[in-house]
Amino acid sequence: MSAAATTDLANAKSMSLIVTKGTLDWAYPPFILATTAAAMDVKVSMFFTFYGLPLLLKKLDLQVSPLGNAAMKMPMAGGHMAMPNMLAMLPGATAGTSVMMKNLMKKKGVASIEDLREAAVESEIDMIACQMTMDLFEYDLKDMIEGPRLGGAATFMENALNSDINLFI
Amino acid sequence: MADEILDTKGLNCPLPILKAKKALKKMASGSLLEVHATDPGATADFEAFCRQTGCDLIESGEEGGVYRFVIKNA
Repeated sequence: MSAAATTDLANAKSMSLIVTKGTLDWAYPPFILATTAAAMDVKVSMFFTFYGLPLLLKKLDLQVSPLGNAAMKMPMAGGHMAMPNMLAMLPGATAGTSVMMKNLMKKKGVASIEDLREAAVESEIDMIACQMTMDLFEYDLKDMIEGPRLGGAATFMENALNSDINLFI
Repeated sequence: MADEILDTKGLNCPLPILKAKKALKKMASGSLLEVHATDPGATADFEAFCRQTGCDLIESGEEGGVYRFVIKNA
């Protein structure tokens, strides 16, 4: 006998995420959690603010730097290695690291952020772009993907107040 | 026996779940979806997925590194 389905509105689960980071590594947790939750019939809303806002740009060129990233130890030569800060600050280090990580994702069959984002839009997740951040960093709505709506802190608050799960990423 | 087979071998979390959900959305209630995966986390994931969505995990096994699940659509 399977558990009660969440098609019953009274039992429907909901989750709100506030996405504040925009590096390649930090783009993954919100999109993985959001798309998986949506696949499990959870009503999901994502509020993209500050450095999370560029995740909504049509053209993504996500980067991750090993500089000061003490926990970043990548599989290398059979073990795990961190890049010394002295090397991480050299020109090209960030771009090179980002390419390596994207290649590692491809090799291991991990979805790209573009694919996860497309899945998020397809599963009708409520994606909200922070109006203040758009203004602050001078972003244009026409540079963003189709789907997200504009909103402010109160918009996020209402979603958060009505959600079973609230995550700050 | 399954109405549809979904191959997610070589794909990592959350793709097996996302692709299974996409397939199940197009299938009739009660129909069977068979999923093949190599992601070791898939076993626990599909159990949780079925519990939450009201689907039935009829079969769940592993052979030679390939996990096989049969899901009955809610």
